[in-house]
Amino acid sequence: MTTDTTHKNRVLIGKAGLDGHDRGAKVIARALRDHGFEVIYTGIRRTPEEIAAAAIQEDVAAVGLSSLSGAHLRLFPAVVEALRQAGASDIPVLGGGVIPREDVPLLIEAGITEIFTPGTSVATIVKAFTEACATHRSGRTL
Amino acid sequence: MTSAAIASLLERVHARDPRAISRAISLVEDNHPQADLIMSSLAKEPIEKMMVIGITGPPGAGKSTLTGQLISRFRAEGQRLGIIAIDPSSPISGGAILGDRVRMMQHALDPDVLVRSMATRGRLGGLCAAAGATVRIMANGGCSVIIIETVGVGQSEMDIIRLADLTLLVLAPGLGDDIQAMKAGLLEVADLLVVNKADCPGSESLALDLESVAPDRSRVCQTDALTGRGVVELSSRLASLDAEHRADGTRTDRRVQAQEREIVDLAIELLRPRLDLAVSALHSEPSTNPRHLAHELLLRLGIPDA
Amino acid sequence: MSKHPKLMDWEEKILQKSLERFPERQPQFTNHGGSEIPRLAVPVEIDDAYLHDLGFPGSYPYTRGVQPTMYRGKLWTMRQYAGFSTAAESNQRYRFLLDQGTTGLSVAFDLPTQIGYDSDHPMAAGEVGKVGVAIDSLADMEILFDQIPLDKVSTSMTINAPSAILLAMYVAVAEKQGVPSAKIQGTIQNDILKEYVARGTYIFPPRPSLRLITDIFQWCATETPGFNTISISGYHIREAGSTAAQEMAFTLANGCAYVQAALDVGLDVDLFARRLSFFFNASSDLLEEVAKFRAARRLWARIMKERFHARHPASLMLRFHTQTAGSSLTAQQIDNNIVRVTLQALAAVLGGTQSLHTNSRDEALSLPTEDSVRTALRTQQIIAHESGVADTVDPLAGSYFIEAATDRIEAEAMALIAKIDQAGGVVSCIEDGFIQRQIENSAYAFQRQVENGERVVVGVNRFQTDEEASPPLLRLDPAVETDQVSRLKAVRAKRDQSTVDSTLRILGAAAAGKTNLMPIILEAVKSYATLGEICQVLRNNFGEYRDRGHL
Repeated sequence: MTTDTTHKNRVLIGKAGLDGHDRGAKVIARALRDHGFEVIYTGIRRTPEEIAAAAIQEDVAAVGLSSLSGAHLRLFPAVVEALRQAGASDIPVLGGGVIPREDVPLLIEAGITEIFTPGTSVATIVKAFTEACATHRSGRTL
Repeated sequence: MTSAAIASLLERVHARDPRAISRAISLVEDNHPQADLIMSSLAKEPIEKMMVIGITGPPGAGKSTLTGQLISRFRAEGQRLGIIAIDPSSPISGGAILGDRVRMMQHALDPDVLVRSMATRGRLGGLCAAAGATVRIMANGGCSVIIIETVGVGQSEMDIIRLADLTLLVLAPGLGDDIQAMKAGLLEVADLLVVNKADCPGSESLALDLESVAPDRSRVCQTDALTGRGVVELSSRLASLDAEHRADGTRTDRRVQAQEREIVDLAIELLRPRLDLAVSALHSEPSTNPRHLAHELLLRLGIPDA
Repeated sequence: MSKHPKLMDWEEKILQKSLERFPERQPQFTNHGGSEIPRLAVPVEIDDAYLHDLGFPGSYPYTRGVQPTMYRGKLWTMRQYAGFSTAAESNQRYRFLLDQGTTGLSVAFDLPTQIGYDSDHPMAAGEVGKVGVAIDSLADMEILFDQIPLDKVSTSMTINAPSAILLAMYVAVAEKQGVPSAKIQGTIQNDILKEYVARGTYIFPPRPSLRLITDIFQWCATETPGFNTISISGYHIREAGSTAAQEMAFTLANGCAYVQAALDVGLDVDLFARRLSFFFNASSDLLEEVAKFRAARRLWARIMKERFHARHPASLMLRFHTQTAGSSLTAQQIDNNIVRVTLQALAAVLGGTQSLHTNSRDEALSLPTEDSVRTALRTQQIIAHESGVADTVDPLAGSYFIEAATDRIEAEAMALIAKIDQAGGVVSCIEDGFIQRQIENSAYAFQRQVENGERVVVGVNRFQTDEEASPPLLRLDPAVETDQVSRLKAVRAKRDQSTVDSTLRILGAAAAGKTNLMPIILEAVKSYATLGEICQVLRNNFGEYRDRGHL
């Protein structure tokens, strides 16, 4: 006999690099919490490797990154790569911030699942995380 | 999921694979159908050897920062650590923001420091069970010291603390009435009373205050987690207390009691869905005495004379 | 009716003196119809409440402005924040801006510089030259100000944790141009407390950071009397999502902490207080913003007089820079941003700012293009020369709404400051996250209002259009980082290493003690020790601060 499963969507919201603008990351973290997510928040100024290690230890279903300093082309793929190195390439990475539209295909090519450009509604972002979690769960054997 | 898959997962847990450890924790925490199999496949020996430290105290006392300092001390001794950081879930959405690990990020790249954040998820006994399971899985993943950190305000967080071999109550000056409210219950549970932020005004009088109410004056320690002052003394106090408790049987007694608590909590969790089901079959009329109806409910489940 | 004696008193003692020293821009101000525009409109009957709460411009409590004639004497400084990738490119932009009629420079540094990493540090990867200019050593600073006479321009530097080092470099460059340090003018932001709360470019923990700041206060009082030693900033607190009243309260609370820190090391309040300056945000909520600026001036004057017992009038004056609200700009229909910026700039001018940066229309997408920067500057020039609001002092005074809002914001701010004082001061409130949480609550509440349509953002949740073409954006050359790193290596190879080593050793010893670090940092900078090397010595002594992720 078992009790009902108590599954929760667990995600990590992080800021890689040196950018200190965390308003967006914190608003998203709170919105996800208010939609029933368990959100691991890393704070600002983390390295891609630190974010990947935290994502693995916390067994999250998705990683969300925010960048406003223009370093996204370097940092977002670096997180994807750090996850891959750590054997966790199945964890999807979503990103947002001040990101020009023409950078979006480059980031998608580099393995970022979804990019939110300025003006994206919070509802859209929550929906994307919900879907990313569902996809991740269904693709997982263990 | 097959038992072969579970066997392979456990093999990887024993090989200290961080992904396997965190997966195993999630499966048990989520009450996955294979949770039982995972738990019964764990090795006893590492669980027997590990030391579990509970750290509690009001918000703002500097628990996470102090935990970060203790991690550094234990790492210097070559210990591998597991940290369970517990934060409350939102009662409305059921979600949570788990931010304690931010305060320990200086250990983020140390493969021998595993940090696991855990939300209370509104569970009564379930949190205790989840934390108890996490402790055992971490021990199987090679952690010799496990620290459970909670905000010691709710009853369920207090119960978690009972899982620990040793408990620290962390207080700081200037936190106001919270402390007064907490002190009563926690003073008895805590093995060491830590006055953190010892550099701030009011810390001396708080320490004196605690010494006057603590059963034993030597239980009061002073630290400043930001600078690390007093942390060496604190960790040696922990080591000697642990040795003492191992020698005089206190540790064994506590573990037996803790396990009894876990069993009861788990039993209630297991019973709950059946109670929920049975209560609707009761078709109870408005009554002046729901206690009586509760007895009747248990009777229907075959538990007489509760 | 005869003039109120207090008004006559002000005219004789304050206004007259000011007019003699700083004549007005025009002999006469008239509108198109030829009517004369009064310098200062006052109530028909001046009563005690007016004198207590408003008074006259250039006199306590400075509600109506810090100068008696305000913009009739001198327009605000039009100061556009800019800094691009390399020192050479930024130098080009500054000279362009000076040619376009800008009157003050404002230097944006890249994040590695702001956080004390050289361009070849692993943490700097991907960030070099991104949000501003990369400065590794004095060599970069020499290029940055090449052919810009430092005795003629005033330069504002948005630098906080390593501000002592950048100021020292500026002084060293001036010296090489033959300009004595006493002649240089400008501002260093140097406001570390708001970095912990909102902006994130901290290096050291609060206490040693405050020591660096008081060292700067002390050294500058004699060495660079024309330099504002700090720009106590609400701007970023507001950008992080605070309300207007919170912005003001937390900024003035930080101000109190700096004043107290300086008093605690034995400085005389009237020695350093006149070099304190402020930096606020201007959002589109025009009337609220005007009231905020007026309330800030009044409350600061009262705090300085009553709490810190400052005596010199200059110590009581809250002088401030304003920037329009970057976070209010939308990626949708970006031309709308020009209109937003106009409203915001107008609020700053009606609120009596001393200098102003207007944001460019494309900043929600990337760093601004030259065209957008020009339009932003033109916006200020139109307000200055066409709108007429600069021709009279504090034109909104006496509006029932404005005065009530001014009183309300002052009261809200006083209550918050009292709460912070009770909880052990700003540093404690930062450490336990109280201030961060207040700001985040406001930010989240605002976002929810936008999401559910309670708050209209034109082009975002109402009046949307389908947009296809992206506007032309400024793209940075990816070679910037490698070029900067090779320049840094060349500097390291060329300098006299033994001098560098010995100045850094001296700095380390001094940091462990109590002597003023500014002269030592100046020596280190002149030896071409890099920013990263100097900061590393200080990190070793002071430790590092890490985000605690308060949510």
